[in-house]
Amino acid sequence: MFVLILAFGCVAAVLPALAAHIGRGVLYVAAAVPAATCIWGIWAYGQISDSGPLIEQAAWVPQLGLTLGLRFDGFAFLMLSLVAGIGVLVFIYAGSYFHAEPIIGRFAATLLLFSGSMVGLVLADNLLALFLFWELTSITSYLLISIEDEKTAARSGAMQALLITGMGGLAMLGGFVLLGEAAGTYSMTELLERPPSGSVVTVALVLVLIGAFTKSAQVPFHSWLPRAMNAPTPVSSYLHSATMVTAGVYLVARFTPAFADYSLWRPLVISFGLASMLIGAYRSLRQHDLKLLLAYGTISQLGLMMLLFGVGTRESIFAGCTLLLAHGIFKAALFMLVGIIDHQSKTRDLRKLDRLGATWPVVAATAGVVAASMAGIPPLFGFLAKEEALAALGETGFAWGVPVLIGVVLGSSFTVAYSARFVWGAFGPRPVSTIPHQDSVRSEAVGQQVPKPSKMFLAPVFVLAVLTLLFGLFPSLIDPVIARAYASLAGVRAEHHLALWHGFTQALALSAVAIGAGFALFWWRLRVEKLQDSMPKVPSAQRGYDRTVKGLLEASDAVTGFVQHGSLPIYLGVILLTMIVLPGIPLLSDGVMPDLWFADSPMQVVVGLIMIVCACAAAVARRRFAAVLLVGAVGYGMAALFVIQGAPDLAITQVLIETLGVAVFVLAFRHLPADFVRSKFRRSQGAQIAIALLAGVFVFLFTLFAIGARTEPSISGEYLDKAYSEGGGNNVVNVIVVDFRGFDTMGEIVVLAVAALGVAALVRAKRSPAEVES
Amino acid sequence: MTPRRSVILDLCVQAEFHTLLLLSLYLLFAGHNQPGGGFAGGLVASCAFGLRFVAGGSSALSRSISVPAITFLGVGMLFAILTGCVSLLTGHEFLESAIFSADLMVLGTVKASSVLFFDIGVYLVVLGMSLLLLEQLGGADGTDPDEVQP
Repeated sequence: MFVLILAFGCVAAVLPALAAHIGRGVLYVAAAVPAATCIWGIWAYGQISDSGPLIEQAAWVPQLGLTLGLRFDGFAFLMLSLVAGIGVLVFIYAGSYFHAEPIIGRFAATLLLFSGSMVGLVLADNLLALFLFWELTSITSYLLISIEDEKTAARSGAMQALLITGMGGLAMLGGFVLLGEAAGTYSMTELLERPPSGSVVTVALVLVLIGAFTKSAQVPFHSWLPRAMNAPTPVSSYLHSATMVTAGVYLVARFTPAFADYSLWRPLVISFGLASMLIGAYRSLRQHDLKLLLAYGTISQLGLMMLLFGVGTRESIFAGCTLLLAHGIFKAALFMLVGIIDHQSKTRDLRKLDRLGATWPVVAATAGVVAASMAGIPPLFGFLAKEEALAALGETGFAWGVPVLIGVVLGSSFTVAYSARFVWGAFGPRPVSTIPHQDSVRSEAVGQQVPKPSKMFLAPVFVLAVLTLLFGLFPSLIDPVIARAYASLAGVRAEHHLALWHGFTQALALSAVAIGAGFALFWWRLRVEKLQDSMPKVPSAQRGYDRTVKGLLEASDAVTGFVQHGSLPIYLGVILLTMIVLPGIPLLSDGVMPDLWFADSPMQVVVGLIMIVCACAAAVARRRFAAVLLVGAVGYGMAALFVIQGAPDLAITQVLIETLGVAVFVLAFRHLPADFVRSKFRRSQGAQIAIALLAGVFVFLFTLFAIGARTEPSISGEYLDKAYSEGGGNNVVNVIVVDFRGFDTMGEIVVLAVAALGVAALVRAKRSPAEVES
Repeated sequence: MTPRRSVILDLCVQAEFHTLLLLSLYLLFAGHNQPGGGFAGGLVASCAFGLRFVAGGSSALSRSISVPAITFLGVGMLFAILTGCVSLLTGHEFLESAIFSADLMVLGTVKASSVLFFDIGVYLVVLGMSLLLLEQLGGADGTDPDEVQP
């Protein structure tokens, strides 16, 4: 399994280079990887029927006890077949969607990386590995949405998706850590077998759910999904309908058998799921852009999946698995259809598309089948899933079962209405709208003259349409897969089978009600639209997001304005005062004054006197140049002291540093006035003098106390002993610098390099761009 | 204040430039056993280039060295990090040193430590930093001494 995940990364790495030679052919090359994954998945599926889940483990960070565990079971197979199966189709589809755009290599590589991350996500058993893959899908999603990076809408949509899912991901990581610490293991299998309990777990579960809700675009975190529709359609049909957005559902499905009976779990998941289902479907009825219509529909369907897994009874888990698969198939197909329409007619506005069905009868029929599956109309796979859901919710036995069931039936009728609206809007005549300001949009109709899409373009859609029909007519084809997915979640064999006809049941009646109500909503769509327009405006999630981001930017602006006001004396004053006050307090309270002696040699006295005179002169010098030279003289005096004490290495370095330092100072002074500018305000000048004096006294005292603060024997003796035997050098200073304390030196040269780059950047920033260019 | 180019300084610098560079290399290689080392060596080399700059301005500097300063920084960092990684790859701790000695017959026995490569990295980073500062701070305004004829 590790090899499989790595293969995605390795192939992705060569795709951009390959794209330069074979153009969009790279997409077909890329398709081979998910195809191989499919084959591996089918082989592995055969394995697990005999011997239970496949498990692979590798040491990740052994020092921290981290193990990277992968686990392949029935539910992983269900997800893997969605990720890899639809992946193959999307790559083939993208081969017709794109022409020879220059972004093609980047696109293929990023999409393949996403695919690999998603495979990793559904196979990961370690919670931290799961988080890693989870974030990788967020990042690749960001890159894919903004792949056409010259579009502002694409960039801001990508940013919104990244911010919201990234925020959720962080919350989820917090939840994972709390759970892992409470359970003593980060292995999902072990965690779910022996779920921990306590108030920490409650907090952890809420955090994990925030992650799941943001990823699966649940209300009120859903605003990123419609904005993500700025991505090219292959991305939307892969990431934002069938795979990435189901990651949150996947996580809830994994956790629900262990935590469904936890006090907060059901209320949270069910209420958020139901709200998303209803709000998504309701807003979908208002959309004119076919892609946005589907995006809101996806929010709604994801809400239903969340709800089913959140209820956590055996029947509802079974229904959830069925819906997950059914939704992946029909939603990916519908997005691909929108992409085809958009690609051929250059619009996806259903107010412009006019009688496309007459031009493309076969495409229209296919779309009808797939949309009917979404609406839950027999005998399609979507109907089976909807039946299972209604049946499962009808027999929960909980007090809130009935209102939730009513909510789901209402949501389903919305679903029927927007499915009909989708097919009619795309392939039927243009709608007669009563809203006057839309006349400008309606002036141009697109229909008769649209060129037919190629067979290769349509093939992936046909495959998915055939699947949704086959699985509906012959449920026994797919039943074992769902039963095994169910068994690996619930821990027991499924005693229940998918069937097209269960007899005259409550679920069938509710299905009929939903379909009837849905068509009624569609029939009176103009009245519904008017009613929706007359509803009071509720604050939208998009506005909430915009306000939050704006507030954050303003707050950081204010903070920066306060902290970074640009006055150098104040910066320096703050730094020096901090230096004086923080170590100064313990120094005065606990410092030990060492035994003092006058001097070791008369030379020291002479050099010391020279240094004192130079230092005082530097402090009162009027010209900058003189001050720098005097400070340099103090440094040379220091070097002389080193020589007297028998430290030639330090002396050499000190002399060189002073020389170079003076030279650089002089260079910098060419940009400054020759004289120091005297402050006009006496008070601020007084403060400056006071701070300077304090800093001087502090450094003096600090050095004195530092000498007296030694409590342990000096390590210099040890260094002297080991310098030759272990470091292989006679020069102890050098051996210390490059060997004993080599890591410190490494850090120091990094600081040097970064500081040099910083100076270069600052100097360049002052020049005009033209000068920098030259 | 019009900067003027001094012929005496110019000639002196030309005379001692290469000697200084040689000294810096000596300090670099001798550093493990005698006073010196990568840091001091790098500083001497920086001073050599600094003199070049003082005598001839930034154009003299760019004439005497064709590699951009930033390359020195990068290559130096690379040297230092790779030295550390090599000892990691051979199963030791990061930056753990190894000592080689070779008998070169006439020249006597030469002993070298793997930290020499690390020291070369330090040397290059220090030199790169100074060159970058000279380039950036020196060429910033129009008072390039080279533009004024002697």
